[in-house]
Amino acid sequence: MSTTMVAALNAALRDSLREDAGVHVLGEDVGTLGGVFRVTDGLAAEFGAQRCLDTPLAEAGILGTAIGMAMYGLRPVVEMQFDAFAYPAFEQVVSHVAKMRNRTGGRMGLPITIRVPYGGGVGGVEHHSDSSEAYYAHTPGLHVVTPATVADSYGLLRSAIASDDPVVFLEPKRLYWSAADFSPAEVATARVPPIGRAMVRRPGTSATLLTYGPSLPICLEAAAAARSEGWDLAVVDLRSLVPFDDETVCAAVRATGRAVVVHEAAGFAGVGAEIAARVTERCFHHLAAPVLRVTGYDIPYPPPMLEKHHLPSVDRILDAVARLQWEQ
Amino acid sequence: MTVLDDSTAPGLVGPPHSHGPRRDPAPLLPDPEPVRILGTPAAKTFDAGLQRDLYRRLVLGRRFNQQATTLTRQGRLAVYPASTGQEACQITAAMVLRGVDWLFPSYRDTLAVVARGVRPLDALTLMRGHAHSGYDPYEHRIAPLSTPLATQAPHAVGLAHAARLRAAMDPASAEDLVALALVGDGGTSEGDFHEALNFAGVLGAPVVFLVQNNGYAISVPLASQSAAPSLAHKAVGYGIAGRLVDGNDALAMHSVLSAAVEYARSGRGPVLVEAVTYRLDAHTNADDATRYRSAAEVDAWRARDPLTLLERHLRAAGLLDDAGVAAAAQAAEDLADEIRAQFDDPPDPDPDSLFAHVYAQPTSQLREQAAELAARLDADADAAFPADTAFPADTAFPADADEDEAR
Ligand SMILES: Cc1ncc(C[n+]2csc(CCOP(=O)(O)OP(=O)(O)O)c2C)c(N)n1
Ligand SMILES: [Mg+2]
Repeated sequence: MSTTMVAALNAALRDSLREDAGVHVLGEDVGTLGGVFRVTDGLAAEFGAQRCLDTPLAEAGILGTAIGMAMYGLRPVVEMQFDAFAYPAFEQVVSHVAKMRNRTGGRMGLPITIRVPYGGGVGGVEHHSDSSEAYYAHTPGLHVVTPATVADSYGLLRSAIASDDPVVFLEPKRLYWSAADFSPAEVATARVPPIGRAMVRRPGTSATLLTYGPSLPICLEAAAAARSEGWDLAVVDLRSLVPFDDETVCAAVRATGRAVVVHEAAGFAGVGAEIAARVTERCFHHLAAPVLRVTGYDIPYPPPMLEKHHLPSVDRILDAVARLQWEQ
Repeated sequence: MTVLDDSTAPGLVGPPHSHGPRRDPAPLLPDPEPVRILGTPAAKTFDAGLQRDLYRRLVLGRRFNQQATTLTRQGRLAVYPASTGQEACQITAAMVLRGVDWLFPSYRDTLAVVARGVRPLDALTLMRGHAHSGYDPYEHRIAPLSTPLATQAPHAVGLAHAARLRAAMDPASAEDLVALALVGDGGTSEGDFHEALNFAGVLGAPVVFLVQNNGYAISVPLASQSAAPSLAHKAVGYGIAGRLVDGNDALAMHSVLSAAVEYARSGRGPVLVEAVTYRLDAHTNADDATRYRSAAEVDAWRARDPLTLLERHLRAAGLLDDAGVAAAAQAAEDLADEIRAQFDDPPDPDPDSLFAHVYAQPTSQLREQAAELAARLDADADAAFPADTAFPADTAFPADADEDEAR
């Protein structure tokens, strides 16, 4: 059955609400409206307004309240309406969600899932297209995951909600309406993907593209286009930024000896910098060229009519591959 | 109607207190019912010229909302959050300000920005999607439209405070300015709103906060937003005056807002005005309001359309006839023509503008990135290929835009 990412996320929330009475969804417009992206569609009707609560419009309040609920043993799933509108909650996330287990000597964990629709490519005006993953990934104590496929969005969200640690769950907006054959039952009976495992989406022998979330489709496109240039590109979908799957990533890079990291967030001090450093530290003697990055420019997210220039494109990815010192 | 007068100035209640003076809350409290002028004896003494002016401006405001909504259907605007039904708030917010004053609008307040004199195209630039903002904030004394809700409220406080500081430093060039911050009912839940009220109260800054309570924050009704007796009551906890007004009564809006602005200007402190109004259109063109409110509710508010209320009153008072209505309608069509003409040329933003104005001086990294993009675009042009086929300009805003509330 063809399912969109939105529907898969909705199914994951529904199944979690059904199986665990402690799971509570809260956020702006998540109830009656079903969320501005419809990810929570029908949940309030099925589970009641208290299990899927329309909160006042205050992200710090939402997060802080979720912390209190988690302290008392519930399992809150909060929705931040958009990437850039999660910033008022940043203090609660950084000062409390990320630190509570550590501060209490392991006595108090906060099993909160923070869902954040993120990234660009959807023609959104200002403040609707931020890639905020680096802020979270840089904060010890948070897991940070981002699905790129329909099946993963179901499985990873189930895993995030089940996790005893807080998880920042970044949902690539531009993939919300991507569809694939998918039935939740299959994924539920198969092993739910554990948080922290990357996935090789395409094997290859020439060079390895390392990417995640919104940039996976463009990397697969680039890999397909690269065939005509004589390159056989591997594509790794990181899925989880924290914890980071060094094992899968390094094996995939060692196999080709060349790597390009692709993400749409700004490059400077971005997640790609961490990935390039890790790969270089661990695979130095296997590398034929420096690890390169193809990222958004170091600018505030541009207005919709210019975003095509900012986002990684097939051309930019292939240009980077071409610079991987082939003529040695 | 509780008037704003000196009795609301700080004063001691009871003996001096180690924790500082406390104020009598009574003068700060809003009336239990919103202030109304239409249909009351006060309407008879209201300046006739001003009434006619308000009518004409409301008609233009309504036409502006309609034309902008049409532009979204034609794909010429990425999104438009209409203020249909809120025109009395939008228009009076601009009217009561003087040239020296500052306006701090939120994302729904394009009409107020236009009413303060910004060219429609420039006010709508953010919504069109070729740049983040189209007007010079210093030329018009209007901050950029603020999308992160309520974040502009403390800016208004800071600016008003700064004007006082400067006036003290250099009395010769003192500006007796007021900053007017526009916030929605939903926005009053944000911490920034409360911090702004508190700072304004403590600093005694000349700020007016206008809350347009249109009943909804996207789908969330006021009842789920706040348990306060009224949003105007939120002022009292911060020691500032709260006023409640019928936001669909243009005369009441004008009189309450201008009193608030002049009160703040005279140094008596900030004011919070809650205007009770209604968003007749959906949240934006991409929103489906039938999911959360009934047609009956919308109809009931249509009957209280600010434009209808004013027109009915003016006709009954003999201040408006068919010719006056026709003249206003003609002016509105002229405005619509002007807007359409401004949007005739498709925008062609320069990719190099991506790197402009990130810093006062571009960093070496940005210069490098700009050069890289320029080289790529040149190469594309040489190869006679389109710059990029992934997002051709005319499909940058897909029409089936249910997915993005801000579209
Ligand atoms: C900090 C922040 N959180 C969430 C949003 C998303 N959002 C945009 S408009 C809106 C509702 C605003 O309601 P209200 O303040 O009543 O203003 P109105 O839309 O009614 O004019 C929301 C939740 C935002 N823009 N900023
Ligand atoms: Mg509102």
